[in-house]
Amino acid sequence: MEARPVESGLVRARIRAAWIFLAPTLVVLLAVAGWPLARTIWFSLTDAELGRLSEARFIGFANYLERYEGEWLGVLADPLWWDAVWRTLWFALVSVGLEAVLGMVVALALNARFPMRGLVRAVVLIPWAIPTIVSARIWSWMLNDQFGVINHALMGLGLIDAPVAWMANADTALWAVVIVDVWKTTPFMALLILAALQMLPTDCYEAARVDGIHPVRVFFRVTLPLIRPALTVALIFRALDALRVFDLIYVLTANSAGTMSMSVYARQLLVEFQDVGQGSAASTLLFLVIALLTLSVVLLGRLKLDGEAAR
Amino acid sequence: MIRLARHLGFALLLLAIGAFALFPFYHALVTSFRSGSFLFVPAMLPEALDPRNYELVFTQQDFGRTILNSVLVAATVTGVSLVLAVGAAYALGRVRFRGRYALLLTILGVSMFPQIAVLSGMFELIRALGLYDTLPGLMLANLMLTLPFTIWVLTTFMRELPKELEEAAYADGASALTVVTRVLLPLLWPALAPTALLAFIVSWNEFLFALTFTLSEETRTVPVAIALLSGGSRQELPWGLVMAASTVVTIPIVALVVAFQRKIVSGLTAGAVKG
Repeated sequence: MEARPVESGLVRARIRAAWIFLAPTLVVLLAVAGWPLARTIWFSLTDAELGRLSEARFIGFANYLERYEGEWLGVLADPLWWDAVWRTLWFALVSVGLEAVLGMVVALALNARFPMRGLVRAVVLIPWAIPTIVSARIWSWMLNDQFGVINHALMGLGLIDAPVAWMANADTALWAVVIVDVWKTTPFMALLILAALQMLPTDCYEAARVDGIHPVRVFFRVTLPLIRPALTVALIFRALDALRVFDLIYVLTANSAGTMSMSVYARQLLVEFQDVGQGSAASTLLFLVIALLTLSVVLLGRLKLDGEAAR
Repeated sequence: MIRLARHLGFALLLLAIGAFALFPFYHALVTSFRSGSFLFVPAMLPEALDPRNYELVFTQQDFGRTILNSVLVAATVTGVSLVLAVGAAYALGRVRFRGRYALLLTILGVSMFPQIAVLSGMFELIRALGLYDTLPGLMLANLMLTLPFTIWVLTTFMRELPKELEEAAYADGASALTVVTRVLLPLLWPALAPTALLAFIVSWNEFLFALTFTLSEETRTVPVAIALLSGGSRQELPWGLVMAASTVVTIPIVALVVAFQRKIVSGLTAGAVKG
């Protein structure tokens, strides 16, 4: 009975220490994330321009949508914005889908035992570690219409008759963006899946082998359901990442209107057109899309944040 | 026979995976050693190792300075992130207090922030602090990208450490600071290396902030310099030069990845929330 007040005093001291340890981090996060985000949202409600940020005046939601002399203006009335929205969603869906399938194949291959497995794993990681700008540059050289190795190979195989100008056409350019993203991010997906595969119990596989069940059936009936939680998390993280895509499109397709993602659209308004008000409105909308998706994922209970609870 | 075919098929699959992963980089390497009309030879094998592009990369502009900038920014950001994150991870991973769950959720939320969503606010902040077009401005901005996930990864590792050592130290009257720096930190070393490497890579590869918050050649970082490389003519890029610069900045990263492959994987999987 005597020990309790002492113990709770200790607990209180540790909690106080915890807050002291947290304080600098919280200050930094507030300064580099919370405050800039709040200012961006505020700017989206003003007529701010890049050169005169301090003179910004509140104008309500006019940057989002406004009726002016019988015409709808603002980001939400801009067909280019909606093109960017659908394009970004399409990009996220297609690239993450391809990455999941390819990542699964790579993970299953790397899960087998074979000589030099460590080396192969390291090799697979290389595309992920190369800076996005560098991979964009390497691939735009490979996809070069006149001298690119891809056109050359396709012509050599007889698949195309004349060189394709991949970047000149919005459709092929967007597929090129998908291919580069898949190349770059499949390793990440594969390693996450591989980690999940290695935590699987071996006994059900033994049983399946003894019973002579076909491996493909085992994969769909045993492996896939068991790694589904890890796979879902990996897919969600990647999808949220893909919705923010900027670097790849900016460098690969030279900022053309036909391939703009939401981020590229917002940056064009912000920096090139110096229209911080509308640019911030577009940025805020992208933030809302991602925040809503993240929140719904968390609320759906897919993520267990507490380590003890997860195990 | 079937066994042999199966082994052969598997070997081919591995070969295909390896080729898919490595070919673009290999192609860049071969191109970087070609100049003039050789650039437009589609041969897969290099015919000669012409170092001209590598000389040009460093003489045409101050690429050494650019690399130094990137190293400075990435190293500082990594260091600051780790110091802050170790303290935060101790609080979040080993102490039970009200609001811990909400804090973890907020930090996870910050790592989901699109960079573009803070761009105008960050621009204003950096201008107000007089840090526009300086490396410290860039370091500050990059903290937004590295800090949340370093906290996240280290919190996961902190949780796994045994309780007994910590309890014993507290029983001996040690302060929380002593417990963290003397007892837990040594145990955390294996986690710090991959976390540091991941943070370094994130900062090294960062593009949007560097493109927006710096202007002059003296403050340029590697991705911006490579994105802005252009030749004399507007029509065609100096591909050999671009590939040489790409190779220069990629080889150290590739070496690190190959050396720390196992640790990176453990860091990545800890960073991705367990479902």
